[in-house]
Amino acid sequence: MAQAPTDDLKITPLHERHLRANGRMVPFGGYSLPVQYPTGIMAEHKWTREHAGLFDVSHMGPSFLLLNERSGDAEADHAAISAIIEPLICGDIASLKPGQIRYTLLLNDQGGTLDDLLVARSPLVAGGLYIVVNAGTKETDFERIEAAAGDKARLIRADGTYALMALQGPEAASVMATIAPGAADLGFMTYNAFDWGSDKLIVSRSGYTGEDGFEILVVTADAAALWDRLLSDERVKPVGLGARDSLRLEAGLPLYGHDLDETVSPIEAGLGFAVSRRRREEADLPGAARILQEISNKPSRLRVGLLVDGAPAREGAEILDGTGEPVGTVTSGGFAPSLGKAIALGFVPPAHAEIGSKLQVSVRGRAQPAEVVPTPFVPHRYFRKTQAS
Amino acid sequence: MTTKFTPDHEYIRVEGSTGTVGITPYAQEALGDIVFVELPEVGKVLKKGDEAAVVESVKAASEIYAPVAGTVTEVNQELSGNPGLINADPEAGGWIYKITIADAAEIETLLDSDAYAELTL
Repeated sequence: MAQAPTDDLKITPLHERHLRANGRMVPFGGYSLPVQYPTGIMAEHKWTREHAGLFDVSHMGPSFLLLNERSGDAEADHAAISAIIEPLICGDIASLKPGQIRYTLLLNDQGGTLDDLLVARSPLVAGGLYIVVNAGTKETDFERIEAAAGDKARLIRADGTYALMALQGPEAASVMATIAPGAADLGFMTYNAFDWGSDKLIVSRSGYTGEDGFEILVVTADAAALWDRLLSDERVKPVGLGARDSLRLEAGLPLYGHDLDETVSPIEAGLGFAVSRRRREEADLPGAARILQEISNKPSRLRVGLLVDGAPAREGAEILDGTGEPVGTVTSGGFAPSLGKAIALGFVPPAHAEIGSKLQVSVRGRAQPAEVVPTPFVPHRYFRKTQAS
Repeated sequence: MTTKFTPDHEYIRVEGSTGTVGITPYAQEALGDIVFVELPEVGKVLKKGDEAAVVESVKAASEIYAPVAGTVTEVNQELSGNPGLINADPEAGGWIYKITIADAAEIETLLDSDAYAELTL
C-alpha cells in the first residue's frame, strides 16, 4: 500500500528503503514517512521494548551552531556560543561539558513553549553546538536561532545533507558496538563522532522511546548503507511513526504541537527539570516572570498521565471530574501495547492532578473512568554508567 | 447463504432473515492491530448507514456502519477480551454483531464479492 509522495511532500534519504520494505507511507511534518511496516505497530512497539528498533527520523532538524571568531580558548568560546543560544531557551548551556547533551525548551516572552529540542556542546569544535529541533517547527526555530546569532555565529543545517536515524531498545548498545565500538561506551545524554563509511557518524546516546539507545546522524551518501548494515543484524527491525508515538506516550514524553504549544509553560508541562537552576537564580530565561511565579505558586493547569478504563481517549477528549464536570482536555492518548490498556496525557487544574485522583474521560459522549497515575507509564531504562547491572 | 459488502468494507453474511456483520480482511489489514471494540447493544434498532460499532487500532478509531436496517440480536462478546480476533479471523471468529434484516430488498443494493473485489484492487 505504498503511495508515491505528492509534489509538496519531501522525502528522506531512506525513502527507497521504506518503499522496498513495504512501509505504509503517510505525510508527517512535511515528509513522506512510514507509519508502519507490514509487521504492524503492535509488533514494532514490542520489538523495540525487547530488542532494537530502527527509526528514520530524518524529518527532524539537526544543525550545528558555530562561533565565527574563535579565541583559541575553548572555555571562552563555549561561553560565547552559550550566550547566543541561552536567551532563547530555559536551559543552562554554559555549564555543559564537551559532548554533553541537554534537553531544553525554546520559549516565547510569555514563557510559552515554541519547541522542545536538544542542545549539545561539541566534543570536537570549540564554540560549536549540535542542536536538534522538531520537524514541524524547524523553519521558525532556525530563523530564531539565526537572528540571535547575527554575525557572531553561523547555523549550518544538517537536514537534507544528512539522514538521522534512531536505534532504540535493550539490544541497541550491543548492536551499536558492532558499528562503532566507542559509541556503546557513551554515557546517557552525551555524543561523539565515530568513523564509519566515507565520513563520520555523529552518535548521541539519547532517544524518544524510554529505552536505552542512540540517535545517529549520517551523511546522505552513507545513509542507506548504514540502514542496511543495522538491519542485517537479526536483533534490529525497522519501526514506523505509529510505534514511535506509542513508545513515547508510554514513556510519558511530550510531543510538540500536541502536549506542548505556545501557551504551555515548562512548569505546566511538568518539565521543571528543564528549567536549569542557574537560569532560575539569574531569572534570565524568556518569560521568567511567569515561570518563576508558577514555580513558587502552582500554575493553573498541570500535565498529568491518565490510565483509562475502556476505549482509548484520543487527543481532544474532555477530562471530567468525578461528578462529570469538565476539568481539562486530553492532549495525547491511545493504546499502550506494553500495558494492554489505554493511556493518555492531558492538562487539569492542580486540584485534580494528584496521583490517584479519580477522573473520567469523555469518549464518544460517554464518561469512562480514568485515574491520574505517575509518568512514565512504562519505566525508563536509560543507560546509566554508574548502575551496577 | 450469501455474503454482501459495503464500499466502507463491512460484510454481511445473510442466513434467512439474519445477517452477521463484520469487517473485511482488506479493512482489518488497513486498520492494523485492533485493540478495542465498542459493540452495539442487543436490541438496538439501526437504519442503513447508522454507526453500529467502533473498532480502535493503536492509532485511531473507525466507525462500523450498518449495511442494512434492522435490530441487533447478538454481539460477539469474545471481542471484548480479544479484539485481535478481527485481525486474525475477520470473516469467522471476528464477526461483530448479528442483525435481523428489516427489508430484504436492501441486501440487493449491496456489493457482491466480485464488485467488492474490484473496489479493493
